[in-house]
Amino acid sequence: MTDSLWLIIALPLAGAVFLHLFGRYLKEPLAGWVASTAVAGSFAVALAAAMPFIQGGEHSQTVLLWEWMPAIGANLEILWDPLSALMVLIVTGVGALIHVFAIGYMHGDERFARFFTYLNLFAASMLTLVLAGNYAMLFLGWELVGLCSYLLIGFWYFKTAPPPAAKKAFVVNRIGDFGFMVGLMVVFTTFGTLSYAGIFERAGGELTTGMATLVGLLFLVGAAGKSAQIPLYVWLPDAMEGPTPVSALIHAATMVTAGVYLIARSAAIYELAPAAQVTVATVGALTALWAASIAVAQRDIKKVLAYSTISQLGYMFLAVGTTAYVAGIFHLMTHAFFKALLFLGAGSVIHAMSDEQDMHKMGGLRKVMPVTATTMGLATLAIAGIPPLAGFWSKDEILGASFQRGGWFSVLWVIGLLTALITAFYMTRQWVLVFLGEPRWDEGKHPHESPAVMTVPLMVLGLLSVVGGLVNTPARQALEHFLEPAFEIVTLQHPPEGVGMFVLLAGLSVVAGLAGVAAAFLAYRQPREAWEAFEHGFEPLWGTWEQAYHVDDIYGRVIVAPGRRAAEAAAFSVDLPVIDGAVNGAAYVVRRLGEWARPLQTGFVRNYGALLLAGAVTVVIWLVASA
Amino acid sequence: MVDAGWYMALAAAIFFIGVVGLLLRRNALVMFMCIELMLNAVNLTMISAGRALNDINGQVAVFFILVVAAAEVVVGLAIIVSIFRLRSTASVDDLSELRG
Repeated sequence: MTDSLWLIIALPLAGAVFLHLFGRYLKEPLAGWVASTAVAGSFAVALAAAMPFIQGGEHSQTVLLWEWMPAIGANLEILWDPLSALMVLIVTGVGALIHVFAIGYMHGDERFARFFTYLNLFAASMLTLVLAGNYAMLFLGWELVGLCSYLLIGFWYFKTAPPPAAKKAFVVNRIGDFGFMVGLMVVFTTFGTLSYAGIFERAGGELTTGMATLVGLLFLVGAAGKSAQIPLYVWLPDAMEGPTPVSALIHAATMVTAGVYLIARSAAIYELAPAAQVTVATVGALTALWAASIAVAQRDIKKVLAYSTISQLGYMFLAVGTTAYVAGIFHLMTHAFFKALLFLGAGSVIHAMSDEQDMHKMGGLRKVMPVTATTMGLATLAIAGIPPLAGFWSKDEILGASFQRGGWFSVLWVIGLLTALITAFYMTRQWVLVFLGEPRWDEGKHPHESPAVMTVPLMVLGLLSVVGGLVNTPARQALEHFLEPAFEIVTLQHPPEGVGMFVLLAGLSVVAGLAGVAAAFLAYRQPREAWEAFEHGFEPLWGTWEQAYHVDDIYGRVIVAPGRRAAEAAAFSVDLPVIDGAVNGAAYVVRRLGEWARPLQTGFVRNYGALLLAGAVTVVIWLVASA
Repeated sequence: MVDAGWYMALAAAIFFIGVVGLLLRRNALVMFMCIELMLNAVNLTMISAGRALNDINGQVAVFFILVVAAAEVVVGLAIIVSIFRLRSTASVDDLSELRG
């Protein structure tokens, strides 16, 4: 089956090229179906190729497609192991559902085909990233997904907000990429190659703890940029300016998990650097709590989900930092299910409310949108960690692992538990505000249930959000066995053994989840005046949360404004007078010389002839005189 | 045999006529003819000198000049004709677009 692996990347890429060239000639839904088919085809190929891993006994392999720069181990090669297989299945599986959803969501958009061109290009880039067999190819995919993210956030470039949001995402990611690139250079100077195989096998013998820590921290900078962790998370909430399927695909399910994948893939390096592990886990836990507290006070339905995504990515970082890689990837998978569902559900609501995103102007939508309400309700319970839904199993495994590791990680466990409570609260708040209570719609809004092309993906994701966690329960660790070959060379952190401990820890997080759900339900099930008073009771904290701790303002004052002043100084004090001055000065001298000499050119042939004659006579006289 | 000096004098006279015509006349066609006069005056000096010095190179050089002059006439006449078609005039005083 490995012979056809290249098709996984080639199919969406071919879709993107085809739609770019001929998309404008296709009737509206057709372009979307072409794109969806391409991604679904990738899923089919990947599923067939992953069967040996699922059945067990098959080893991972590397397939060389094309020698790019063999001297530094940078080739186009596919590493096909359980980890990359699982990532590919998530990207193509969830991706295909989102593609189908987008056919309904983007209905009537003038650049319908162009949108799917970008989506397919993104899928191909993301698959390049996860299938890469070396860091160079991973970096190629890493940058390409950043580009696609930029293109898709700014897809509605004619509106006011999207272009700056797209630029912000691009620039903040660049900061992270800088750290990642320096890390890659350190790796290259140490090993002389960028190939995974060459690095991971020799890492144990040739990498000192100091160097491993340096590489680990630099990779964390890159991962924090791509996966929106403290302090580089500020681009993700703004990225919500993109169309909602983009938020679901790129900014929830796939691209933002690339940082988690990078750290999991580099497990052999982090294995040698306990300090880097602690840093990753701490950054993750703090981000989880920080973003969750912001999500509590958001009014915009997509902003809640954006901060929730940052928070959940923090859980994944906590997991991989604790070296519970399986738990991290497990949560990555379940999160892809329920967060994609939440975003698509939000998209369905926004679509129905004619682009209304303020939750204060929703309410009572359950009656008109039963499918969206039910599926989003399931996803809300899943992310809140209510058993036996998907989020419970993965979140619990992360919390259990950090508890078991002990020491500082126990503090992180407490933070994680607190975050679980807040998560349950803000997600339930969102669901109640949107779907229950009295309608608070603006005049002229006529919400309606979305068409089947949108609700069917919701139902499929709803099913996955319910049963997706069952692949890895304490009783039946199928995912653990599936992924184990990819983490052979590292020690995996597990939750504590034994039924008693499991029940205790799971009980704690279930209590936290139920408490959050119940609190939000009680607070927001009341009339509007009551919950507005409830929110007002938290002032001034509530306002701080609503303003996201003013981090954007602080960054603006501390980083952006000085940078702008430095750029202005360089432009108006150095570039304009000095550089431009030299260039314009040279031009001025030449121009004055020309002006002085131009009367010579009268335009009359006679004058030229006379000058010629005078010259010839002068030469003759000179010759005769000097003879 | 006539002394070569006479030929040289004749050539100088023809050349002078050509120069004066070139500087005084306005009609491009006439100016062109004056240039031909000057060219042929030079040819005459070449041949005379070649004969007087008993050197064949003088005549050889004239052949080259004739060929180049023929080519020059082709180009020059073509330019004049197309200017005339465009402007309905062949007066060089009307053609001073290149004044600085």
